[in-house]
Amino acid sequence: MTRFLALLVRNRLAAAGGIILFCVLVLTLITPFLPLQDPDVTATANRFLRPFSPGHLLGTDHLGRDLLSRLLWGTRLSLAVGIAAAVLAAVIGSAIGITAGYFGGRTDNIIMRLVDMLMAFPYILLALAIVAALGPGLMNALIAVAAVNIPFFARNIRGITVGLAGQEFVDAARLGGLGHTRIILTELLPNVIPVIVIAMSTTVGWMILETAGLSFLGLGSQPPQADLGSMLGEARSALITSPHTSVIPGLMIFIIVMSINLLGDGVRDALDPRLRSGALSRPRAATLVERQGEIPAASDDLLAIQELETQFHVGQRTYRAVNQVSLSVRPGECLGVIGESGSGKSVTALSVMGLVASPPGVITGGAVRFRGDDLVGMPYEQLRQKRGDRVAYIFQDPLSTLHPLYRTGDQLAEAIRSHHRIDKAQARARAIDLFKAVRIPNAESRIDNYPHEMSGGMRQRVGIAMALANEPDVIIADEPTTALDVTVQAQILTLLDELRRERGLAIIFITHDFGVVGQLCDRVAVMYAGRIIEEGPTGAVLAAPAHPYTKRLIACVPELGEGRRKLAAIPGLPPAVDRLPAGCAFAERCDKAQEACRTGDISLSGTAPRTVRCLFPEEAMP
Amino acid sequence: MTALKVDNLSKTFPLGRPFFGKAHPGVRAVRPISFSVRTGETLGIVGESGCGKSTFARMLVGLLSPSTGTIEIEGRALDNADPAAFGRLIQYVFQDPISSLNPRKTIRQIMEVPLKRLHGLGKAERHVRIREIFSQVNLREEFLDRYPHEFSGGQAQRIGIARALAAAPRIMVLDEPVSALDVSVQAQVLNLLAELKQQYELTYLFISHDLAVVEAVSERVIVLYFGSVVEIGDAETIFNAPKHPYTRLLAQSAPIVGRPLTAPEQKDNELPDPLNPPAGCAFAGRCLRASDLCRHQEPQLSSMENGQFAACHHPIED
Amino acid sequence: MGAYILKRLVSAVPVLLGITVIVFLIMAMIPGDPATAILGSYATPENVEKLNRDLGLDAPLVQRYFIWLGNVIVGDFGRSYSLNRPVLDEILERFSATLILAGVSFVLCAVLGILAGVVSAARQYGLADKAITFAVLIGISVPSFFLGMMMILLFAVNLRWLPVSGMYAIYGGGDLPDLLRHLIMPASALSVVATGVVARLSRSAMLEVLRQDYIRTARAKGVPERRVIMGHALRAAMVSIIPVLGIQAGFVLSGAVYIEMVFQWPGIGRMLVDAILKRDILLVQGGVVFVAACYVLFNIMVDVAQSLLDPRIKT
Repeated sequence: MTRFLALLVRNRLAAAGGIILFCVLVLTLITPFLPLQDPDVTATANRFLRPFSPGHLLGTDHLGRDLLSRLLWGTRLSLAVGIAAAVLAAVIGSAIGITAGYFGGRTDNIIMRLVDMLMAFPYILLALAIVAALGPGLMNALIAVAAVNIPFFARNIRGITVGLAGQEFVDAARLGGLGHTRIILTELLPNVIPVIVIAMSTTVGWMILETAGLSFLGLGSQPPQADLGSMLGEARSALITSPHTSVIPGLMIFIIVMSINLLGDGVRDALDPRLRSGALSRPRAATLVERQGEIPAASDDLLAIQELETQFHVGQRTYRAVNQVSLSVRPGECLGVIGESGSGKSVTALSVMGLVASPPGVITGGAVRFRGDDLVGMPYEQLRQKRGDRVAYIFQDPLSTLHPLYRTGDQLAEAIRSHHRIDKAQARARAIDLFKAVRIPNAESRIDNYPHEMSGGMRQRVGIAMALANEPDVIIADEPTTALDVTVQAQILTLLDELRRERGLAIIFITHDFGVVGQLCDRVAVMYAGRIIEEGPTGAVLAAPAHPYTKRLIACVPELGEGRRKLAAIPGLPPAVDRLPAGCAFAERCDKAQEACRTGDISLSGTAPRTVRCLFPEEAMP
Repeated sequence: MTALKVDNLSKTFPLGRPFFGKAHPGVRAVRPISFSVRTGETLGIVGESGCGKSTFARMLVGLLSPSTGTIEIEGRALDNADPAAFGRLIQYVFQDPISSLNPRKTIRQIMEVPLKRLHGLGKAERHVRIREIFSQVNLREEFLDRYPHEFSGGQAQRIGIARALAAAPRIMVLDEPVSALDVSVQAQVLNLLAELKQQYELTYLFISHDLAVVEAVSERVIVLYFGSVVEIGDAETIFNAPKHPYTRLLAQSAPIVGRPLTAPEQKDNELPDPLNPPAGCAFAGRCLRASDLCRHQEPQLSSMENGQFAACHHPIED
Repeated sequence: MGAYILKRLVSAVPVLLGITVIVFLIMAMIPGDPATAILGSYATPENVEKLNRDLGLDAPLVQRYFIWLGNVIVGDFGRSYSLNRPVLDEILERFSATLILAGVSFVLCAVLGILAGVVSAARQYGLADKAITFAVLIGISVPSFFLGMMMILLFAVNLRWLPVSGMYAIYGGGDLPDLLRHLIMPASALSVVATGVVARLSRSAMLEVLRQDYIRTARAKGVPERRVIMGHALRAAMVSIIPVLGIQAGFVLSGAVYIEMVFQWPGIGRMLVDAILKRDILLVQGGVVFVAACYVLFNIMVDVAQSLLDPRIKT
C-alpha cells in the first residue's frame, strides 16, 4: 500500500490530478456550510450578470440565480451521481463477470449471451430507453448510466477471471479442499480487485460525463435542481449572448473529468505489475550503446566478441548480464555457449547484432567485430544491412518468433527482399528452394501455411530456412530446440549439423544441454553469472572439466541408461547479477573455495583454446 | 499392497456442435488406461507434448472427471469428482512452481489451506505442523511471511511440495516437477522427493518428458503416445530393450555426449491430428515397421518378455 | 469466407430478436397509458379506451410483442402520433443525416487515432509521444457537447468562418460544399473523444506488440525499421484495435445525440430525445430498434474484417 502511494506520488501528473480532485471534493463537501446564496432563488431583474459583478462572483444565469452557488451545488450533485453510478456498475458488473468466468460452461454462456445482447446497443440508446421508461430525473439517469456500464465491467472482469481460473494455484486450492465460494473470495478476488480498481478509476470520469450528458439533454436532473450538465443545457440558448453561463459549468466538468483521468492513469500505472517493472517500454531498433573505456582493436576472426559488457538498467539497479565476455568463431566452426538460466548466454548472443531489448539493455563496453568491422558502434542502417544477411539468428520458440499473421513463405521472402532486389516470383521460388533445403515436405504448398498451421518442428525448420535465406557467414542459434520434443529435437540438430557442413557455416549455439553441445559443437564456452568461466574443445571440456562449476554441473546431468540412482546437485543458487560478489561468483557454492577466491578479479588462465577462470582448477591448464 | 488401481480410465473432450452437419465425436485425449501401482513404488509416465499425460494426471487427482473408468486408492473406489475427497489421499505437484502459488497470498496462508480445510486443524496445531513440514523440505521458516514472487524456481517448487505434503496424502502425482528448473537445482528437488518418499512411505506417479530423469527415479515406466499406453515395463529394461518402436525412438532421440549426431530413423515427424485420428495404430504414420495391419487395427497391450507390455503388432525382438 | 459471413449473419438473428425483446420490455414498463399521453389529460375515458383498443394496447404483453414484431419484420414500425407520419419514414430520413455525421466522425477517429497511437508508440517518451498523450488526455476529458458549444462561439460567432448550426444553409446551399461547411464542426467535435480512445488503445497495443518475439525476429532478419513498425507491428496491433473500433462506432453513434442537439443537426438522436420528452413510444421503440440493428450489422462487418486480418480465426 505504501509502495502504491509512493508510486502514485512519483507520477507528477497523477499527483497533480489527485490534488485538484481533492480540492474539488473538499469544496463540495463544505458547500452546505459556505455563505452562499440560495442556488434556486430567481431574480429576473439581475439576469445574465457578468462574472465579478457585485454580490455575484461568477455572475448570474438566465433567471438571475447566483452562478457560483449553482456551480458548487451542481458539482456536488454531478460528482455524487457519477461516483455512485461507477460503484454500482463496478460491483454488479464484477460480480457477474467473476461468476461467469469462474464457473464457465453453461452459466458463462448464458450470462455472456445476455451481456453481448446489451452491448449490441450503442450505449446511449439503452440509456435513452431506460430513461424513457422510468421518466426523466437524476436518479433514473444514474440507474441508466450504471446499467449501461455493467456489461463493460462484466465482460472485462470475466476475461481476467477466466485467465486466473485456469491457473494452477486455483487447482491447488481445490485440492486443498476449498469450495467454490472460498475460491472466489480468497483466491480469485484478491487478484481481480486491482483490475476492478483500474477499470473504475478509468471509467468514473466517463460516467460523470455521461450523467452530465443526460442532464444536458434535459433527461437528467429536473429544474430547479441542477447538476453541471443541466446547467450547461439551460445555458445553451444564451450561448451567444452570455457565453459565461455555458463556459463556467463546462469548464468545471472538464476540470473534474481531467483530474480523475490523470489520477486514474496514475492508479493504473502503479497497480499494473508490468508497467511497474518497466516492461511496457518499446524496444528500440538497436540496443543502446554507451561504451566507456577503450574499444578493443580489430582481430582477424570471422566474428569476434571482445570484452563485451551488456547491462540492464532498471530503476536504480544495474544488472551485469554480460561481463567482459570474449568469444570468437572461425568459418565452418560450431561454438557452443552453455549455461543455466540467468548466466547471460542469450544476452551475449543477442548483443552481437544489437537485438537486446533496450530499454533496459545497454551495451556498456567492448566490441563485436565481424570481419574486423565493429558491429556495436556501427550506424543503424549499416547494422541493419548486416542483420540476417551476414549474421542470422535462429530463436528458441518458433511459435512466438514467427509473425502469426503472415504466411511463412512471405516471411521467408521478406528476409531475402530486405537485402536483395528481386521480384516476388523470384523470392517465392527461392523460398520454396529453402523449404526444400530444410526438408519440409510438400514445400510448394507448405509455403502458403501460416505458422499456426504447422507443428513445432516444422515451424523451427521455417526459422532455420529464414536464417539461411541470404547465405550468411554466421548463424547464432539461441536454444533452437529447447521448446521441441526430443524426437523432433534430434531431427533439427541433425539438420543443422548437415547444413553447416554443406555450407561451411559458422554457428554459435546457445544451450543449457550438455548432450546437445557434445553432439554438435567443436568448441564450448561455459558461462556463469555473466562471465565465461571455462572454454575449450568440446571433447576436452566434457571429458576433463577444469572449473569446479563445470565439473559439478556435468555431474548433475542425468543420462539415460544409468538406471535408478541418486542424482548430484549443486547446493545454493547463482548470485543475482545486480549484486555480484567480489572474486569468483561461484565461490559461495564451491567446496574448494579459499579466501583468495573471494577477493579481486580472477582472470582466465591457460592458453587458447583451453582456458579456465579458476585459482584452483580441477585440471592443470596447458 | 496396491496403492492405486486405475481401471479403464479415459477422457473424451466433447467439441461444440458445428453449425452444419452432425456433431463431432470429440477429442479422445486419453484412451482407456488400466494399471496399478504398489505402495511405495514410483511409476514414471513418459510422453511428448500432446500425449495426454497432463489430462491423465488431472483425472487422477479429481480436477477433471473421467469419461469412463474408475480410480481406486488403497482398495477404496473414488467415484465422485470432489477434489477435497481426493485431496486427503492423493496430491498434485505442478509443473510451473510459480504459477501454482497464488501471487497475493503469503506462503503461510498457502500452507494453511490444506491443513485447515482437509484436516480441520486448529491454529496452534497448524503452526506446529507447518514448521515440521518446512524443516523437512529444507526451507527456512522466515519464508512463511513472504510472497511467491520472492522465490526462485527451485524454492517455489519445494514450497509446492510442502503444500502437497501438508495434506498428508498417500499418493503424490508429480507433473513435470523439475522441467522448469535448471539441472543444478533439478537434482536438489529430485533428491528431496526421494527422501520424503522414504520417510512417509509415499507412492509417486512421476510424469516427465525427460527419459533420463524418469529412469533415475522410477521403478516402472509407462510410455504414452497420442493418449494411449504403448508400453509398460520396468525402468531398467524398458529403455534398454524397448519393444515398441516409439519407445525406441524416444530412447534414441535423447542427446547423449559421445553419441554421434544422427536423427533416429522415422518417416515423418508430423503428429497425428487429434481432431481426425488415424484408424489403427497412431504411430503407424511415423513407424518404419508399420504394415497394413497397423494402419487398420489398433494394437492392444500384450505381454512381452521381462514383464513388459507393449501395444504393437510388430514388436522389436532382439 | 462466404460461409463465415453467412454464419455470422445467422448468429445475429437471436441478437436482433433479443434487442427487440429488451426494447419492448423497457417500453412496456412506462407508467400510465400512452393513450392519455396522446389525447391529453382532458380526454374522456371512452376515448382513451377506444384509442387503446385501436392501438392494440388492451391485449396481453406477449401478444402485443408478437404483433409489433410481425409488423416490424415487414417494415411497419407504426405511426408516430406526435409527427403524424409513419415511424419508418421519419427514421430513414433522420438516420441518413446521422449516418453522414457519425460516418465522417468515425473515419476521422479511426484514421487520426491509429496514426497518433502509432507515432506515439514509435517515439515512446519522445516529444511527439508526450504531446499526443497530453492532447489525448484533454480529448477524452472534455464533454463533446461543451466542446461543440465552444467551437460555435469561436469559429461561428467570433471568427465567422463556419455556419452556427444546421445541415444546409436555409437559402441557397444544399450542395456538397455547403454540407461540408456545416459538417466540419459537428464532425470534429464528435470525433474528439473517440479519437482519444483509439489513440490510447493503439499506442498500448503497439507497445505490447513491439515487445513480442516476432518483432525481434523481423529485426534480426534486417527488415527496415519503418517496415517493422508500419508492417509487422501495426498489422499485429490491428488485431486488438479493430474490435475497439467496433465499440467506438457505438460511442460515436451515441455521442451524435449530444452533437445533434448542440448543432441542430436533423439526425435521429434529436428525434429520439424529442420523442422521449413527448412520450411518443412507437417512435422511440422504432428508432432504438432500427439503430441497434444497424449497429449489429456494422459489428458483423467488423468481425469479417477481423477474420480477414487474422488467419487464426476459424472461418
